[in-house]
Amino acid sequence: MTKMIGQRAIASLLSLLGLMVLVFFLSRLTGDPAVLFLPIDATEEMKQQFRALHGLDLPLIEQFARYVWDLLHFDFGESLRKARPAIDVVLEAYAWTLPLALITMGLVITTAIVLGSLAAFNVGGFFDRLVSIVSLVGASAPDFWIAIVAIVVFSIGLGWVPTSGVGTPLHWVLPIAVLFIRPFGLVVQVVRGSMLSALSAPFVKTARAKGVKNLPLIFVHTLRNGMLPVITVIGDQAAALLNGAVIVETIFGFPGVGKLMIDSILQRDFNVVLAAIMVTAVAIFIMNILIDIAYGLLDPRIRH
Amino acid sequence: MSEPLLSVRNLSVDFHTARGTVHAVKNVSWSISRGETLAILGESGSGKSVSANAVMNLLDIPPAEIVSGEIFYDGKDLLKVDYETHRALNGKKIAMIFQDPLGHLNPVYTVGWQIVEMMTAHGRPADMARVRALELISRVGIPEPEKAMGKYPHQFSGGQRQRLMIAMALMLKPDILIADEPTTALDVTIQAEVLSLLKELQAETGMALVLITHDLGVVAEIADRVVVMNKGEIVEAGETREVYHNPRHAYTRKLIDAAPGKGDIKLLDPAAPLLLDAKKLNKTYGNFAALKDVSLTLARGQNLAVVGESGSGKSTLARTLLRLEVADNGEALWKGRDLISMAARELLGVRREIQMVFQDPTQSLNPRMSVYQLIAEGWDIHRLMQDKTKRRAKVIELLEQVGLSPEHVDRYPHQFSGGQRQRIAIARALALEPELIICDEAVSALDVSIQAQVIALLDGLRQRLGISFLFIAHDLGVVRDFADTVIVMKSGEIVERGPTAQIFEAPQHPYTQRLLAANLDPDPDVQAQRRATLTDA
Repeated sequence: MTKMIGQRAIASLLSLLGLMVLVFFLSRLTGDPAVLFLPIDATEEMKQQFRALHGLDLPLIEQFARYVWDLLHFDFGESLRKARPAIDVVLEAYAWTLPLALITMGLVITTAIVLGSLAAFNVGGFFDRLVSIVSLVGASAPDFWIAIVAIVVFSIGLGWVPTSGVGTPLHWVLPIAVLFIRPFGLVVQVVRGSMLSALSAPFVKTARAKGVKNLPLIFVHTLRNGMLPVITVIGDQAAALLNGAVIVETIFGFPGVGKLMIDSILQRDFNVVLAAIMVTAVAIFIMNILIDIAYGLLDPRIRH
Repeated sequence: MSEPLLSVRNLSVDFHTARGTVHAVKNVSWSISRGETLAILGESGSGKSVSANAVMNLLDIPPAEIVSGEIFYDGKDLLKVDYETHRALNGKKIAMIFQDPLGHLNPVYTVGWQIVEMMTAHGRPADMARVRALELISRVGIPEPEKAMGKYPHQFSGGQRQRLMIAMALMLKPDILIADEPTTALDVTIQAEVLSLLKELQAETGMALVLITHDLGVVAEIADRVVVMNKGEIVEAGETREVYHNPRHAYTRKLIDAAPGKGDIKLLDPAAPLLLDAKKLNKTYGNFAALKDVSLTLARGQNLAVVGESGSGKSTLARTLLRLEVADNGEALWKGRDLISMAARELLGVRREIQMVFQDPTQSLNPRMSVYQLIAEGWDIHRLMQDKTKRRAKVIELLEQVGLSPEHVDRYPHQFSGGQRQRIAIARALALEPELIICDEAVSALDVSIQAQVIALLDGLRQRLGISFLFIAHDLGVVRDFADTVIVMKSGEIVERGPTAQIFEAPQHPYTQRLLAANLDPDPDVQAQRRATLTDA
């Protein structure tokens, strides 16, 4: 198990390295920064000065070496628009995105598992049909539309919650609710399907023959077996949230990493974009390792 | 006779499926008293497990529907009591064990937890349950009970898992133990051990034992009374010896006649030319030696059986001869050319000459291919029968050769019974006109009556087409009927070899003797005699 985690960690590091190379050279393909940043009427002399200042006149390979060296020192450069270290700007945004993602996923996981499991246990019944319809609608709902409708109804119409921004716990309600819907729909469907097949496994028959009650039968005997495919989907959905819920954050004016990334791209603040990409990648790699550990914890056959 | 402990009266159960209603059992009645062993004997689809599942409230309703009947236990009709009352009886008063203990134990919890749960689920304290669990684990013969408690099902062998299931079932000293094919997936020597363990425990506790099986040998070994089921109905019931010696119903007679191991023993034609000559084959996986210096010869038209228990290396041997596995060293001369070192191009030709039939035709036939596609596929690979107009006629001819009819040609595997599917697999092998067919437990999954038919089919092919067979099996009765030469394998080694008559009548190696002794005879008197000799010894 430890060996497996170690191997995954090494693989993750290699992928990060690859990503770093890709990000560096791709960003150089977007054009000459001197042209992008300086006013259109800037003289050739000013451009030269700009290049010299940012080391852009050096050979590409040397630029890359510097870039890697700086990264190793956790130096992602300055944010050109905010005149602060890019990494600080990104981490600040993460301080908003991370709790948003964690709370949303926590709610998704608990509700989806309980409802999906109970639906599978009552397959074909009223509850099962209800859950299936709700989850199908949820999984296919366009979140930008729901976000706008939610603002119209709950903020403007009913005045229960603020329209946008942060500050009070009430500001979190709509972003979480809107972000919740789609992963919830998806995870419920996967839980239901996975539990359906787990419930028909022979060991469930053994448990019934032992006189195990229904609740432990579902949530102790079957759930742990049915969770493996579910975890994969949960990881996938969580990764999407960690990436920053670009649309939802923008609509609700939520200062998370998704909104930051969009703003920085529009403002050509490349150092911030690069820093955000790298930090997100690290977060996703860490989460993948956590998922591997969860697999091992759930299923002893993987552990041994 | 005293009042029976449990009685099933006129039980009828239907299954409502998409393709219509199936009468799974019709008017089934049986009963069992304390200390008694009742066997419910039947082939697949006979409905032999349905009444036991109804007793345990394990039928899925729907699709199942209990049409009529009563199940009386302790003055109550179990079909009328509420869910909670029934649940409280399960495990506590009536316990059940199953075939395939690996599937029936929860893979993600330790066996200790699962055994203890039998008591905690019925409200007993966990520490008390732990003490009892340790006692029973050691009673069923698992070494180091403390350590065993913390292990997971996949860390035990098949026989040990069934012992653990038995320990779990006995936690609350039930009145009745229902065992559904408890030894079917086990090796013969392990089967014998598990059955004698069940008998001992029954003698100690006085519980009633309901044993559901398809195996006449198991019935002969353990049951006082037997109920014979066919197509959902009880066709015969009575004392085991009486039923075996004086079967009244035609189906019972057919079942007894189909039991393998009674025909004439075949002799090998000494003049037959040599086809395969394998010398000192070795194969290791890590530290595990799967084959150790295995040598064998096979002549044209020979039926060579390889017998041995699971892990003995018999399937590795087959895979090595087909070069699905590469032997570490040794040679296997196929008509004088070494299979082990042969170039890939040459090997393709040999692959046509050696075909394989696997144990489970449900898995070895692609469910999305029609019978025609399945049989014709090999011709594309080997560029044979290029004239496609002739293919259909040839497929039909092959189907007729294996006892299927021309209208089967466009159907899919799921539309056939297990025996028919194995015939399709054989037809597929025959399509390439092989000289050797390797059968890896090819009849093990089939009902006895079907088994006898498939064996007869294979032997007919040998006689008509001169095909040789390498027949891997664990059922000694089938081997005795089919093979002219037998190789006995244990832990990757050949421990004994010789003509079938010699192996069965004068086995030399102690392991062969043990295998033969553990092989159950369908005749209860023969079994009783064997038991007596074993006890004396």
